[in-house]
Amino acid sequence: MSSERKIRILVAKPGLDGHDRGVKIVARAYRDAGFEVIYTGLHQTPEQIVNAALQEDVDLIGLSCLSGAHMYLLPRVVELLKENKAEDIIVIVGGIIPKEDIPKLKKMGIKEIFLPGSSLSEIINWTRANMKPRHA
Amino acid sequence: MSLAKEVLQGNIKATARLIRDVEDELPSAIEELKALYPHTGRSYIIGITGSPGSGKSTLIDMLIDAFRKRGKTIGVIAIDPSSPFSGGAILGDRIRMQRHATDGGVFIRSLATRGWRGGLSRATANVINIMDAMGKDVILIETVGAGQAEVDIINFTHTSMVILVPGMGDWVQTLKAGILEIADILVINKADKKGADELKAELEAMLQMSAYSPQAWKPKIFLTEAVNNKGIDELVEGIYQHKEFLISTGGHDTHLKERARLELIEVLKSSLMDHVFQIVNKNNYLEKLIDDLVNKRTDPYSAASDIIKKLAQEGKL
Repeated sequence: MSSERKIRILVAKPGLDGHDRGVKIVARAYRDAGFEVIYTGLHQTPEQIVNAALQEDVDLIGLSCLSGAHMYLLPRVVELLKENKAEDIIVIVGGIIPKEDIPKLKKMGIKEIFLPGSSLSEIINWTRANMKPRHA
Repeated sequence: MSLAKEVLQGNIKATARLIRDVEDELPSAIEELKALYPHTGRSYIIGITGSPGSGKSTLIDMLIDAFRKRGKTIGVIAIDPSSPFSGGAILGDRIRMQRHATDGGVFIRSLATRGWRGGLSRATANVINIMDAMGKDVILIETVGAGQAEVDIINFTHTSMVILVPGMGDWVQTLKAGILEIADILVINKADKKGADELKAELEAMLQMSAYSPQAWKPKIFLTEAVNNKGIDELVEGIYQHKEFLISTGGHDTHLKERARLELIEVLKSSLMDHVFQIVNKNNYLEKLIDDLVNKRTDPYSAASDIIKKLAQEGKL
């Protein structure tokens, strides 16, 4: 009987952006690091992402955003989590985010942002260091 | 008891959390499961198995649609393998079903196999019970169908479906050995591909050679193109026909009995073994026996016998 709880992560691509190679590579890296990763595919609305996160009881949501709609989509995810009393689910973002938007996003509740050039080990190490299962 | 109460009210977060506690084998989860058990036995459970690439998830997506149109609420359990090396998993079945993510009548949960030694049935059985107690009319279980564990899961289902695709010769051979013979419904998906009719003929021939008593259910074959939404209504009708058959022949009650028996034995096995290991791991008793085995001072049967004697003598059993 293992007392170690598996960390569950949901990775998603919100919005119209159809480039998923990056998010798939991250999903695989997470799997190889021992996490359980739910990948919900392309063209997700914030509602779809949050509902999936709630049903799957994930600890972390990783959003891949390359389309420029980040200032609507990402805060909307955080907002929906709040509405569902699930603010303990941590949200991180990978993708193309203009530097001037980063502080704004962090203020709105995005925990960390990984820009192009971030290495997989950076992402995995951050996750290992900052993530623990939501429920004790 | 509070999680159980919330599950009975259909609370998504509570249900998701309990499922996770059950997966992680928390002792507190057991108390919740006890509270939920009296409320189980109402859902109709459909097992769907087939090789990767057969279109299971797309088919399930269509089935969800069809059942929702008939006013049913749905629970989906999508099982994917854990990596034996890292222990992690990519659970991607949801991708094909995500359009239902905002439908409050549909609850989709992805499970990783986590290298359970046949305990896959136990974890899945618990998740089935939770979705059952939550009030879902229909529960769809998706598995790859490659091993014994999947055969066990079929024992928990009312209707089991195997999905095949034309042009998969070898797979049909493998399935003949086990799962194919247990299936109540055979689905040839991607039926627009070459070889669909030949596969249907092959399956019909195989079914004819099997001995079915006149009162038994003869497996039905359906052709579908899930991606094009073809053949789905006929398939759903077939499921309803099987359900009617079960009810009219008492098969429904047999199912409940078999499920109860299986569940009890699974839990018993696991509880007993936990108990035994607690005792034999004390003072290196087990390790000494293993050493004796390696040096041929005893054999596995005698060793096991000694363990049982020890448990009985010490009044520990």
